[in-house]
Amino acid sequence: MNDQVKKALPWQRHWLGVLLIAAVLVAVPFIAALGGQAWVRIANFAILYIFLALGLNIVVGYAGLLDLGYVAFYAVGAYVYALLASPHFGLHLPFWVILPLGAAIACMFGMLLGAPTLKLRGDYLAIVTLGFGEIIRIFLNNLNAPINVTNGAQGITLIDPIRIGDFSFAETSVIFGVELSGPQKYYFLLVALAILVIMVNVRLQDSRIGRAWQAIREDEVAAKACGINTRNIKLLAFAMGASFGGIAGGVFSAMQGFVSPESFSLMESITILAMVVLGGMGHIPGVILGAILLTALPEVLRYGIEPLQDAIFGRSIVDPESLRMLIFGLAMVLVMRFRPAGLWPSSQRRRELAESEK
Amino acid sequence: MLEVTGLRVSYGGIQAVRGITFHVNEGEMVALIGANGAGKSSTLRALARLLEPAGGSVRYRGKELLSLPPHGLVSEGIALVPEGRGVFPRMSCLENLRMGAYARNDKAAIERDLEHVLGHFPRLKERAQQMAGTLSGGEQQMLAIGRALMSKPKLMLLDEPSMGLAPIMVQKIFEVVRTVASEGMTILLVEQNAKLALEVSQRGYVMESGEITVTDESRKLLADPKVRAAYLGE
Repeated sequence: MNDQVKKALPWQRHWLGVLLIAAVLVAVPFIAALGGQAWVRIANFAILYIFLALGLNIVVGYAGLLDLGYVAFYAVGAYVYALLASPHFGLHLPFWVILPLGAAIACMFGMLLGAPTLKLRGDYLAIVTLGFGEIIRIFLNNLNAPINVTNGAQGITLIDPIRIGDFSFAETSVIFGVELSGPQKYYFLLVALAILVIMVNVRLQDSRIGRAWQAIREDEVAAKACGINTRNIKLLAFAMGASFGGIAGGVFSAMQGFVSPESFSLMESITILAMVVLGGMGHIPGVILGAILLTALPEVLRYGIEPLQDAIFGRSIVDPESLRMLIFGLAMVLVMRFRPAGLWPSSQRRRELAESEK
Repeated sequence: MLEVTGLRVSYGGIQAVRGITFHVNEGEMVALIGANGAGKSSTLRALARLLEPAGGSVRYRGKELLSLPPHGLVSEGIALVPEGRGVFPRMSCLENLRMGAYARNDKAAIERDLEHVLGHFPRLKERAQQMAGTLSGGEQQMLAIGRALMSKPKLMLLDEPSMGLAPIMVQKIFEVVRTVASEGMTILLVEQNAKLALEVSQRGYVMESGEITVTDESRKLLADPKVRAAYLGE
């Protein structure tokens, strides 16, 4: 009874906020389009990264398993889509077949990684997952001989966009009198997916599984003593995180129309992890904030720094790309120094860190 | 209730437990005492399925335990109170206790048992919302025992409940253990503090270098000059 009241309340209390967020979400692609479709694409990537970061949040934030190879599942999803919907094999399966299949295959890879690493924790797990991520990337790079599966470093081009009947996400079309460009359509698709992953995250947080993850994070022996099947629950975290990575990869493939192994470097894994950690591990709004900030930052630099340098020095002195890593690192150091639990941590995590400092 | 036959545990090439045989009858408290490194904790960890024994058999109510996964013990009615407390430091007392009932789904009965357990430990009731990590060592030990009780076990495996506690706290913990036992719980107590363990238990086994060397009723062990000399500091 009491629980029901508590569950219903946040929506009722915050209906104005929910409405406001919805309005902003709808407005974003139109406002961004004023600056050109490139800005819509940036917004799309921000949401794709929210999706990825929340997928990783299940593994790192909830279950406390430090995964440095998350991008591998993203890559698996992307290549599943690319191979099954491009001229490379001449296959053009519809997206509603490939996306779930990509999620399933990524999930399988997740368990493949999870199973042998069940007994590892912390740094050791991080190293193994890092290696796993690299193995996948190197495979993608080299699986062009003896049989050309992935087309090696050239990647796969001309990937089909997401298409429902004759309605293609790649073209501009008019819906209810509103003209929507391709990227704008992807935007709404991504928002829908992001809402899905947010809901899954919310439900997991206070669920039985969520509590089991917390128990494992804090004391594995005690968790076993409480009757928690630690093996399955950990595998579940890997599997769920990987599935979301797989879906994100599929959408990435369709949206870009092109994939190559270099999109799935270690740096990408680290960026996604940084979003989770900077924003606030295990806290959904924090992770979203982290993803938005870290996607927006390089773009702001790209569009802001070069003109700024031109204006001040009359020429470009520092390449924005190298500046990006500099600022990225600096941001990391500052956040870890002044807000070790992340920019917007959960009250739980704040407690955990406050305690370990004592 | 619990029958251990020829249990062996080895770490690499070193045998920590060399084929020991003992049993625990329903409703009794049995103490497993011995010096540091005698193999007591290894025995208990093997029983709790936290490590894979090298051989032997453990039968609980006629069922072979060694083929069960660790998390399967709880539903069989066996609860472990791990060594060094092992509470969840960043959960509140209440959350810790509720975790103990993780394998159960009879909500109403869980709430009743929660009240019952909190009745045993007024200290925990006062600190119900406090993080377990901020409790004193003794309170954490109480919480660990309380959490084990929440799974409604028939057999409780207690690993060194007195470890690292102030003498006055040790007394309190053993009072609790005695109360729990008086309610009909079967308890296997592994303890370095031989005097206390033998005072609360009915029977005792003395372990030495991985073997059981002496076994008898606890009060007789307490009176045994050899045991007194070796373990009771006389």
